Amino acid sequence: MKNENKILKTIINAIKSLLFPFVAIIISIFVAVFFVMWAKGYAISEYFSALGHLFGLVWQGSFATQRNALTTLSYVTPLIFTGVANSIAFRCGLFNIGVEGQFVMGMIAGGILGLIPGLNPVIHILIIIIGGILIGGLWGGIPGALKAKFGTNEVINTIMMNYIGMNLANWIVKKSVFTVPGKSSTPLIQESARLMRFSNISEANISIFMAIAFAIFIYWLLWKTTIGYEIRGVGINPSASEYGGINVSKNMILAMVLSGAIAGIGGATHVAGVRYQVQDFMGLPGFGFDGIAVALLAKSNPIGCIASAVLFGALKSSSTLLQLNDIPKEIVFLIQSIIIIFVATDYIVKYFADKRKKGEVVNG
Amino acid sequence: MDNIIIVPLLAATLRMAAPLIFAGLGGVFSEKSGVVNIGLEGMMIIGAFFAVFGSYTTGSPIIGILFAMVAGGVIAAIHGFLSIHLRADQIISGTAINLFATALASFLIGPIFKTGGQTNIVKGLSYNLPGFLKNVPILNSLNWFVILAIILVFVSNYVIFKTPLGLRIRAVGEHPSAADTLGISVYKMRYLCVIISGVLAGLGGAALSIGITPLYRDGMVAGRGFIALAAMIFGNWKPFGTMWACMLFAFGTAFQMVAQGFSISLPNEFYQSIPYILTMLALAGFVGKTEAPRADGKPYVKGER
Repeated sequence: MKNENKILKTIINAIKSLLFPFVAIIISIFVAVFFVMWAKGYAISEYFSALGHLFGLVWQGSFATQRNALTTLSYVTPLIFTGVANSIAFRCGLFNIGVEGQFVMGMIAGGILGLIPGLNPVIHILIIIIGGILIGGLWGGIPGALKAKFGTNEVINTIMMNYIGMNLANWIVKKSVFTVPGKSSTPLIQESARLMRFSNISEANISIFMAIAFAIFIYWLLWKTTIGYEIRGVGINPSASEYGGINVSKNMILAMVLSGAIAGIGGATHVAGVRYQVQDFMGLPGFGFDGIAVALLAKSNPIGCIASAVLFGALKSSSTLLQLNDIPKEIVFLIQSIIIIFVATDYIVKYFADKRKKGEVVNG
Repeated sequence: MDNIIIVPLLAATLRMAAPLIFAGLGGVFSEKSGVVNIGLEGMMIIGAFFAVFGSYTTGSPIIGILFAMVAGGVIAAIHGFLSIHLRADQIISGTAINLFATALASFLIGPIFKTGGQTNIVKGLSYNLPGFLKNVPILNSLNWFVILAIILVFVSNYVIFKTPLGLRIRAVGEHPSAADTLGISVYKMRYLCVIISGVLAGLGGAALSIGITPLYRDGMVAGRGFIALAAMIFGNWKPFGTMWACMLFAFGTAFQMVAQGFSISLPNEFYQSIPYILTMLALAGFVGKTEAPRADGKPYVKGER
């Protein structure tokens, strides 16, 4: 009997925590339809046909055919990694905007380590992943250490590390020994370093399973181990954690290293699975920024990140079809950003909840 | 001989610095009042786009600048509403603003200009100096934005440190509940400052689009809002400090163009990284000490102890 209640409670809590993201998604689609109507010249009375049109296209573009579904998968994979990476930092009360740079450095690790000839595929992939972990962890650890030791703002430092990383990556890609002469890219990686693709019609590959595995691993780490307990403790209340004997600065550095490491794996497997080489960066590729959106919508829950990465990945992969139907593809970024604006307002929910409680006291 | 390099270098530095200075000053206002404004990037993007849009529809770059300022202010008002009234995490709210502004600007290119990724070239701001000034080196290769930016540094410094309004702004950013006790409306002050910061960042965007290349292109702002934010911190949350930091960053960009002609050439990626590395060192306290307003980033809740 008691157990049943517990399960019921868990389910109710789960629904409650899902409610807000859902409302955010619905409102943002509601708003986005107005942009569609404007772009396509629908009249105001045709709101629902515009809505149907948008939905139909997003569905077709992302899941309707096998090819599109696989393309969606290849978009989802890096978003899971960057979303989880952002979640770890959020859970420790830190804001890791540097996931972008850590992802780029991971790509470089993949691009360079993938060149080693004559390795067993399994070992080669492992080497690439470890390379991603090390360089990503370093790139995240530096701002973490600066935050822990000097108290400097990790937001600014991670932004700076993004640009330093991008410049370093560009130098490696364009002017170092790893450059293909006459091109601004690294050579194609060895056959043994390439991750298996599901089919030859798209770039989707087995790194999606790695992404899911890492998301589950981080969930386990954060909620089922002492390490995770300490990280979350620092995130919720650093002073109380310190008082309770948790080393705050150690955990901040650890969270940033972990966050960077996951982003680094994301970058490394992106090269090993999708690109096979690293090209020069005209600007930051944007996976890390999208990852912030993924993590925010998932309320920094690594498992939730899988679902929200699927949503954002599907939106992204439908953008080509939208463009073909004269709806500017930027509509998907608009939807994404409006979702985040609404997620940022989650205080509203607390506000009304508080108000209701106050009312009860007064009336009582 | 030296003049051939140094004069264009300084002029280029000043031209590159102007957008950063506007946005950096915006950051100073916002953060002095206690609201972290990481959305400067997005406000610059919106400013850059609407400056082009305004100049395109009316044919007057001046109206374009006004459009940019208003648009920047409106986007900033959203950030203000989210972070002041709704008490959202200011960094999340700023990130949302950045994502939204990027998406909105690149969306609007389609329906308005019927092209993708880039707008038409519009009328930029012409720079005609009166007769005798035309022969002054450096001055004759600038644009109005540079001059306006430097004037605004003086104005901002005066407003923040020498007027009652500035005192209120600083009070609200340092100790909001004390300010509230003295009858200063914390919310009103913060809204004012956040909107000013959006207007200035919009102006910065305009300086970038119709001031340098008179069109808007996706990814054109390229992190300048973040750099302005870093410059503001490097400049210790002060208008003059911010200006010098912006100049340093702009010098890094301008220098790598000139440095390609040097005999000992380091890769220009290295020169590009110098400002970022310097910022990190500065923040860590190796190059001078910086001190943020005490209530920076903390939402103010009336009646809370």
